Amino acid sequence: MSEKKYSKQHEWITIEGDVATVGITAHAAEMLGDVVFVELPEKGKNVEKEGQAGVVESTKAASDVYTPITGEITDINQSIVDDPGAVNKDPEGAAWFFKIKIKNKSELDQLMNKADYDKFAKENPN
Amino acid sequence: METQKTALYEYHRSLGAKFVPFAGYEMPVQYSSGIVNEHKLTRSSAGMFDVSHMGQLSIEGNEELAIELEKIIPIDLSQIKLNQSKYSFLTNEDGGIHDDLIVTKVEKGFNIILNAACKNNDFKIINDALKNKFKITLHKNLSLIALQGPKSSQILEKIISGVSSLKFMNGNKFYFNGEDIYITRSGYTGEDGFEISISNELAEDLAKKLISQNVKPIGLGARDTLRLEAGLCLYGHDINKSTNPIEANLKWAISKRRREEGGFVGYEKIKSDLNGSLSRLRVGIKPEGKIIAREGVKVFSDDDNEIGSITSGTFGPSVNRPIAMGYVKLNFSKPGTKVFLEVRGKKHEAKISELPFYKKSYVR
Repeated sequence: MSEKKYSKQHEWITIEGDVATVGITAHAAEMLGDVVFVELPEKGKNVEKEGQAGVVESTKAASDVYTPITGEITDINQSIVDDPGAVNKDPEGAAWFFKIKIKNKSELDQLMNKADYDKFAKENPN
Repeated sequence: METQKTALYEYHRSLGAKFVPFAGYEMPVQYSSGIVNEHKLTRSSAGMFDVSHMGQLSIEGNEELAIELEKIIPIDLSQIKLNQSKYSFLTNEDGGIHDDLIVTKVEKGFNIILNAACKNNDFKIINDALKNKFKITLHKNLSLIALQGPKSSQILEKIISGVSSLKFMNGNKFYFNGEDIYITRSGYTGEDGFEISISNELAEDLAKKLISQNVKPIGLGARDTLRLEAGLCLYGHDINKSTNPIEANLKWAISKRRREEGGFVGYEKIKSDLNGSLSRLRVGIKPEGKIIAREGVKVFSDDDNEIGSITSGTFGPSVNRPIAMGYVKLNFSKPGTKVFLEVRGKKHEAKISELPFYKKSYVR
């Protein structure tokens, strides 16, 4: 598996071959607070880089989830829809959101590595 | 306007609070354990809430004051017993609600607790209505600490002897660190509890004593989920200047005599609603699945006509499901009625529900 990358919308992404796995960062999960609702895109849907690809809600508010890259949704993690609290427990592991077939590999170059993201998250807490 | 801080601000910070601006104050929205834990802890044990942003108004006067106040507050203020508290509101000329409040009869007159965002305007309204005939004070030197939850009484009794004998919606003077303080048995969570009015100087002492008794601090986030489970209105959302008390399902907060005789601001406008010609009603709404319907979400009938909208909605940690309140046309207000909620462009099935969602355990 490749190095994990991060978006400015607080998503993480890992790549295996031509499919990427996307979730929200631990920082984003902490900022949201207790996650009580997750809505995921439909399998087979084509999404555009930085386009909306899901919703996550805490007791306080609803937030959109964005896709860091363009592509087709190939799989979704039904377990976080059934148990939204899992997003707070393991946001960067078991609580991934969706898998996406990569359309344009060059989009990955525009994402941040962990050190850059940590710095970004500190400067842009929300 | 500069953001204000309560006397407990630094103490909240030391307890790990996250702050949000609320009604002109920097208030704790949650602490490190999170809203769901804070909510459940209040239901199972006892939580401490700093509600010092709320207005604490006192008016000095006797029978004449009660008569004047009855012109703007629709309850029997002449009949209320010493140390008894009542929920009511300030009505406006359209029959709407300027603010909801708790009024308590005290030796010198009345104490009134007002919403933070409304308190300065309320002060003007009350002052104008009383035409400077009575001494009226919006206290800036007082904090208000709420202790809520089933263990509140046994814990507070250890710190302030005698409080456990208070009945719900009653208050009295007590002593703490040599100071007279006023405590009512009341709250906004659907649990047993107390609201303690105390000088800013002593507020932190009391807060620390509560925390040392294993009480946990609770932020505004859990305050909102707790009150919504308890079916209680949040001013500015579930009730406002253009909702009248009858359609807000708060008829019970207008005394029987006042419903018949009127004599308060806006009565003529709500008279017909009192007689049953109501067009809409505030109800509880339970979405069928996990979808959360928040303020502004439109409500539709089974045959796809728009019949109302949501005024508050969240996930209720103790009932373990999404819950909401809103207004629907009267003929759709019966519990069990199937409705649809439009969230992000999709319609989701829901049912009109009884309120509260969570059964209370007040001490009567």
